Amino acid sequence: MLKVNNVTKRFGGLVAVSSVDLEVNEKEIVSLIGPNGAGKTTLFAMVAGFLKADEGKVDFENASVLGMRPHQICKLGMVRTFQITQPFAGLTTLENIMVGAYSNTSETDLARTKAEEVAEVVGMTSLLNQGADGLTVAGRKRLELARALATDPKLLLLDEVMAGLNPTEIDDIVTVIKGIRDRGVTIFLIEHVMKAVMNLSDRTYVLNDGKLIASGTPSSVAEDPQVIEAYLGHGAAEAMAEGA
Amino acid sequence: MTNFRNHLYFLLLGALALIVLPYFISSRFYIDVLTLIFFTAYLGQSWNILGGYAGQFSFGGVMFFGTGAYVSSILLTTFGFPPIFGIFLAILGGAFLGLIVGYMSFRSGLKGSYFALITLAFAELLRVLANSVEFTGGGVGLFLTYAPGLSNLQFESPVGFYYFALILMFISIAIVYWLESSRFGAQLVAIRENEDAAEALGINTLKCKIYAIMIMGAMGGAAGTFYAQKYLYLDPPIAYSIHLSVEMLLVTIVGGMGTIFGPLVGAFVLHTVNEIARHFIDTPGLSLIVYGLILIIIIGYLPNGLIGAFKKKEKKSDSTSLDKKTSRGDS
Amino acid sequence: MISASLSMLPAAIINGLMYGAIYALVALGLTLIYGVLHIINFAHGAMLMLALYAAFFLFHLFNIDPYFSILIVTPCAGIFGYMIYRYGIGPLAKGKDQNILLITLGLSIIIENGALFFFSGDQQTVNLSYGFEAFDLGFMYLSYPKVISFFAALLMCAILWAAMSLTDMGRAIRAVAKERQGARLVGINVERIFAVTFGIGIACLGAAGCMMLPIFYVDPYTGNIFVLVAFTIVVLGGMGSVVGALVGGFIIGITESVGGLLLGESLGQIGISLIFILILIFRPTGLFGSKV
Repeated sequence: MLKVNNVTKRFGGLVAVSSVDLEVNEKEIVSLIGPNGAGKTTLFAMVAGFLKADEGKVDFENASVLGMRPHQICKLGMVRTFQITQPFAGLTTLENIMVGAYSNTSETDLARTKAEEVAEVVGMTSLLNQGADGLTVAGRKRLELARALATDPKLLLLDEVMAGLNPTEIDDIVTVIKGIRDRGVTIFLIEHVMKAVMNLSDRTYVLNDGKLIASGTPSSVAEDPQVIEAYLGHGAAEAMAEGA
Repeated sequence: MTNFRNHLYFLLLGALALIVLPYFISSRFYIDVLTLIFFTAYLGQSWNILGGYAGQFSFGGVMFFGTGAYVSSILLTTFGFPPIFGIFLAILGGAFLGLIVGYMSFRSGLKGSYFALITLAFAELLRVLANSVEFTGGGVGLFLTYAPGLSNLQFESPVGFYYFALILMFISIAIVYWLESSRFGAQLVAIRENEDAAEALGINTLKCKIYAIMIMGAMGGAAGTFYAQKYLYLDPPIAYSIHLSVEMLLVTIVGGMGTIFGPLVGAFVLHTVNEIARHFIDTPGLSLIVYGLILIIIIGYLPNGLIGAFKKKEKKSDSTSLDKKTSRGDS
Repeated sequence: MISASLSMLPAAIINGLMYGAIYALVALGLTLIYGVLHIINFAHGAMLMLALYAAFFLFHLFNIDPYFSILIVTPCAGIFGYMIYRYGIGPLAKGKDQNILLITLGLSIIIENGALFFFSGDQQTVNLSYGFEAFDLGFMYLSYPKVISFFAALLMCAILWAAMSLTDMGRAIRAVAKERQGARLVGINVERIFAVTFGIGIACLGAAGCMMLPIFYVDPYTGNIFVLVAFTIVVLGGMGSVVGALVGGFIIGITESVGGLLLGESLGQIGISLIFILILIFRPTGLFGSKV
């Protein structure tokens, strides 16, 4: 469904993402993990059209999306969320989700129905009329998810939707994400929280210093010495221990 | 829903009151002041669409007004083209200017203060051009002949202009009313609140912003024709005055950006203040000093304008929004 | 006609350079404020107008030579700028870019109309005893005031540059400009630096006003003329760039006088806004800036 081929991005002299190849198949949950500063968000930004890749190809459903603007990519069915949540702060939860829903309809009533439906899926029904600026961290993360989901994507790109959440909240959102996959949406997620990724993903890629260093099932990746080293080297030993 | 219906009744009642008002006011002074209030509210509303809803502040909103005024006036003076049709070409001219300015500035990613300043520069550029070419009458200006009649959009009685301005204002309120409940309006607000997120959710932010400035331009164009036919004189400093650009944003910010009635409330309050100030000390500059002070006070203390302040009070007495102050520790 | 114009070209360029130095000083204040505070001071023109009036009244009431007034007006302007940021703009704007733009717009409206209210709309000029004496350059005469102002403006720029690179305060200001959070962490009072920087920016205007008065006039609307000029220089040179402000000042000074010569009085003014628009659209980082 999504094919990333030899993608490279440089900022000045720094190579943020270096010749990355990866693939996401339909109905899969694929994760991309790696220490902070590994280039995960940069890669996402290139896939979703927010950044231009210096080299390489990005194909979505066998057609290149390189050079397209984010809204065009969204219309094709690939939509991203933001690690640093970006709510429309002055609007209510409902209005926020409706913005996503409007990508498929110009009818206000249809958009509202769609938004309410999506809110149900992510468990935000009781918060619909609350201002988005008053939501908790967990609420904001769900809102990111809900807005993206309201655009009826085929592929959801989730950027650290679990960061900053407590264990109970993480369990909740894992259930939500699985539920979304069961509705037929493919999911590609960036994550820092290893434990959640283990439970959730079918396959995992590991990015370090802009390069892919491992890929495979979560359990095989977790035992890869290169991966352990990368994480330990960046002082993420606790995350590892927690995950294994 | 009943709330909405009450709202609508209230609106229609208000509109009706404004329609019959001239039958109860004999003073020409009050009619003129009201006409001016409607006119400013209308211009403010055009600024509100791009500034209040889409969040793109312009400091040169006057350029559409001036261009529209020149389009219909030049058509009238050189070709005898009647303003009642000329106003539509003024609208087109304003929209076209909006397209050019919007495409050039939004395409290159200008926002915030930079967008504000580039619109100021565009207005200045047009002022210099209008001053230098011949078909605008240059610095001497354009004089229109007084010939009352609907086809000239001129009226013998000030009440005629009162209704002209009132109709313009009603149309502007209708546009914003539509905006409030439409996809396009929601998209503009999304752009205002967070442009990246809007783009990620499938909104063509460039196109939406350009549409918004074109609507603003179209509205400004009609305002230009109104002004020219009412005052029968036009020169570059009037057509492209910074003062009017400022007044458009001022009434909107004072009344409340991104609200349907903000510009009207703002125009009403500021013109009333102006008239009162003039009543006591009629010295040039005084009322503008007060305008400047009001602007600073509103920005500092009432960022949502007078309407926002009123709404907040309403909400507080509601007391249902207790959990609003919960964690917001997201980075 | 064209050849006549061309023969006057050198004179126009030199005239442009003379004004350019003062423009550079005005723009230096603006670019300094932008570079450190990342805000746009829309009241810059209006504050320059106030400085011109200050110099005018010192001459008119106490017969103080405008060039001597530099010593009085510059520190006063600095204190004025410091106070107005510390107790006005800073607390009111709450850090939002557009708020500051609107607050300084409000300020410029108040200052401009305050001047109209108190000083009337008449144009004021000063007649200096040496105002009509001039150097003969062979192809043109260059009046004493123009030359004095030119060198005074350059000297002022040099002093500012030296102060910024040699004093502790200058170093602190540059630290804040570069790395706001870092400066805060090492114990620099960032809010105070903001106010001081704003003060220095306005002090530049104080000096520029005194230098400009002998070769220009003042009325309440003088500021309007210079708002766009100053912004154009700053975006041309690159927001926050000192060298850019200097070079930009000369380019704009020359553009203005050569434009006036070749295009005529009216159309000649088009250069400023045209350059401003083109730079913002095609090279928003300016000639010397790295990032907007």
